[in-house]
Amino acid sequence: MTTELPVLKPADFASDQDVRWCPGCGDYSILAQMKKMLPSLGMPREKIVFISGIGCSSRFPYYMNTYGIHSIHGRAPALATGVKSVRPDLQVWVITGDGDGLSIGGNHLMHAIRRNLDINIVLFNNRIYGLTKGQYSPTSPLGKVTKSTPLGAIDNPIHPLSIAIGAEATFVARSIDVNIKHLGSTLKRAAEHRGTAFVEVYQNCNVFNDGAWDYATDRASKAETILELEHGKPLIFGKDRDKGIRLNGLEPEVVELGKGISEDDLLFHDEKAIEPSLAYLLSRLRHGDGFPEPIGVFRAIDAPKYDDELNKQVENARAQQGEGDLKNLFHSGDTWTVA
Amino acid sequence: MSTTSDAPLQTSKQVEKLQGATVRLAGDSGDGMQITGNQLTNTSALAGNDVATFPDFPAEIRAPKGTRAGVSGFQVHFASEDIFTPGDQVDALVAMNPAALVTNIADLKRSGIVIVNIDGFDAKNLKLARLDQDPLTDDTLEGFRVIKVPMTTLTRKTVEEVTTEDGEKLSVKIADRCKNFFAMGLIYWLYSRDLEPTLRFIKEKFERKPEIAEANERALKAGWNYGETTEAFVSSYQVDPAKLPPGRYRNIMGNQALAWGCIAAAKSSGKELFYGTYPITPASDILHELSKYKHFGVKTFQAEDEIAAICSTVGAAFAGAMAITASSGPGIALKGEAMGLGMILELPMIIINIQRGGPSTGLPTKTEQSDLLQAFYGRNGESPLPIIAARSPSDCFEVAQEAWRIATRFMVPVILLSDGYIANGAEPWLIPDIDDLLNIDVSHPGPLENGEEFQPYQRDERLARPWAIPGTKGLEHRVGGLEKRDGTGNVEYDPENHEHMTRVRAQKVANIADDIPLQSVTGPENGDLLVLSWGGTYGACVTATERCRGEGLSVAHAHLRYLNPLPKNLGELLGQYKNVLIPELNSGQLQFIIRATYTIDSIGLNKIQGKPFAVAELIEKIKEVLS
Repeated sequence: MTTELPVLKPADFASDQDVRWCPGCGDYSILAQMKKMLPSLGMPREKIVFISGIGCSSRFPYYMNTYGIHSIHGRAPALATGVKSVRPDLQVWVITGDGDGLSIGGNHLMHAIRRNLDINIVLFNNRIYGLTKGQYSPTSPLGKVTKSTPLGAIDNPIHPLSIAIGAEATFVARSIDVNIKHLGSTLKRAAEHRGTAFVEVYQNCNVFNDGAWDYATDRASKAETILELEHGKPLIFGKDRDKGIRLNGLEPEVVELGKGISEDDLLFHDEKAIEPSLAYLLSRLRHGDGFPEPIGVFRAIDAPKYDDELNKQVENARAQQGEGDLKNLFHSGDTWTVA
Repeated sequence: MSTTSDAPLQTSKQVEKLQGATVRLAGDSGDGMQITGNQLTNTSALAGNDVATFPDFPAEIRAPKGTRAGVSGFQVHFASEDIFTPGDQVDALVAMNPAALVTNIADLKRSGIVIVNIDGFDAKNLKLARLDQDPLTDDTLEGFRVIKVPMTTLTRKTVEEVTTEDGEKLSVKIADRCKNFFAMGLIYWLYSRDLEPTLRFIKEKFERKPEIAEANERALKAGWNYGETTEAFVSSYQVDPAKLPPGRYRNIMGNQALAWGCIAAAKSSGKELFYGTYPITPASDILHELSKYKHFGVKTFQAEDEIAAICSTVGAAFAGAMAITASSGPGIALKGEAMGLGMILELPMIIINIQRGGPSTGLPTKTEQSDLLQAFYGRNGESPLPIIAARSPSDCFEVAQEAWRIATRFMVPVILLSDGYIANGAEPWLIPDIDDLLNIDVSHPGPLENGEEFQPYQRDERLARPWAIPGTKGLEHRVGGLEKRDGTGNVEYDPENHEHMTRVRAQKVANIADDIPLQSVTGPENGDLLVLSWGGTYGACVTATERCRGEGLSVAHAHLRYLNPLPKNLGELLGQYKNVLIPELNSGQLQFIIRATYTIDSIGLNKIQGKPFAVAELIEKIKEVLS
């Protein structure tokens, strides 16, 4: 018997629903790259589940012709845990945002990641609450003036990837909504990773926080502000690829190549390093501190997966004790007969 | 070393027959009263008695030693007749220290037996119990049969010769820990109980510490021998086997029965059981129990919090499993939003609430029925859910299966109410024949091949939607918390559609009334008084109404399993009686529902003390209403 692999096109993944994001929203690009990438996995549509919480990004499942749940605020990782625990055969995607994933749902995000379920989490980071019309988010910079912070935000922001690495993530990556090739390949890497894949996407909210990522997307400046990570390669950036990142003790510093500094002096990227400190260090590099911000895969290691382990326990229990038998269970231990 | 194959010990004293007895063991929370209580329960059940238990312990694991707050008790009622409660008053009380004595003596019957460990009555313990005078020497114990036993001293002597593998003697601390088994042995002698099951238990429990096993065995036997030799007891007692329906029995606790009922329902519906939960008293034992049954395909998930617990349950239900979550009141409050999600997604699942004293953290280890209105109304928006309630430990087994039957037939989350009293209580359970278990048919729509459009919210005659599970070709669909158009399930903000969907979801739950039995009544079909009860007060209400009828009073009793929807005939039934008395361990929540539903005024008997009803309290109220 032969099984025919489904040949699907991006359009096959579009649902019949009108997409209702604001015109010009960065979400469109992520949706397009997802639809474009999925056929390359050879996974039939009915085996894919998209699960989201609440927020603009969380409308995503409605636009995918797969199985999907638009759940409640911040809880998508918990729903995904239930789905994946009982159906390891399904490919499960969690779509979340900086508010949904890091604020109200921070706890679930952390625990899904540390359990290392075989799911993919894509966090759309626009550094603002869009659906509630413009309050600051956990990733908004200090001093950010929004509807709820007329005098500027005084909460210290958090970095999604630092949180993920702190939660023992086995796969951590970053991409940018308008960098479509990079985004597509990053999503594919995430899909192919076994374990929890966490992807942060810089996403522009052109209505409530337009230009938040201009420094990272502007044609003129992006070569200086973005550093594309490649496994096994030195950290080099700049229009003329003449700058790099070097470690000075535990401190990273930007250096210019030449003038006595060669590529060998630079920090080399190792996404497979078991020790997460270098990945964490990369996640901390901020444009505002004079560093380029890395994009690509920060970390991709192999580790036991929750759903695998759960199923192994069930299989082992069955192998050792045999398939559970109700009669044996009910009659186990002390029993007596009344005549 | 002593073995467990010794011939059963026989008393040479006179044996008096009793219909039943209630024994309460009371000591420090570290004294092992719960273990000994469970042993007495099990042994009595194995002797063929009907049993009912009431464990009562502080919320603290090791509450301050010697204090009144630290007292842990376990009450066992065993009888040669059918019984439904752990007993109002106690025939024999074992008190290990002054605090245990003074906090429990009020429940001892006049001329009842009190066995006191006099070694526990030193100046320090008297002070800790806030006593100026020694209750052993003042008039506290007047009118009781007081048996003073130096249990600590005798236990130490008994285990003196026990040594470890290395030839070392047991420490005083360890020796003293055996005194609960000494007390047990004495009670076993007093009520002619067989030592064998407990000796077996000790051997198994301390398999890896043979010296501890030996010390406890010796203490148990020493307690028995003490009863046989002391002149304080002229005779012992015997409670014959109860005339229960024939069959094979075992002892079962409420949370265990719930877990087994869920496993049985999963089996009979061909489903994998997923249990997503977060530890909370008094629900955690369901998790402990279910996590043992991986070979039944049971998957337990200890989530990071209550919200994740129910959300994982919603996810597992979407994915096609038999999905269950459980908690107690505070946790259910946290689950409210996700219960609404389960409701609007119209997915089958069971949400179990083992009620405890509230509000907020309240009384974690004490029982109450105060979450009924939370079950009815504890969610945003119009979100009625079916509610069913267990009445006793063994009833949990059936109720769990019934909850799953309703959930799958109507595609709806079902709230199952139990309480701390049922959860920790034990009773004999007539083991059912596997072939007689409730058969639960669950079907899923098959694949659509020819591009036909799937309608995830197309309803059947009961208004239930199809349970389409991921992996089925052609049924790809999206569901969510936003309002949706009937039929397609697509997001829809249309005003008329929202009203339509709100009404349909409510009607679907109301339709369950056509699918459940009519309410039955015990006693006269009309007359002066109907006692209407629900949940864990069942036993006390049955006993009280039976006794009143025995005295010639016109008292009927109806016990509700189904709270939402209520049985179709209930309104008419309530109208057959001049008075309706609703006893509840809350301030009148079912009364509120009954008034709202039928505009019938009822009389409430309300107790909010973290304790179950005493039968006498009910009888007193019944007589007051009838006079």
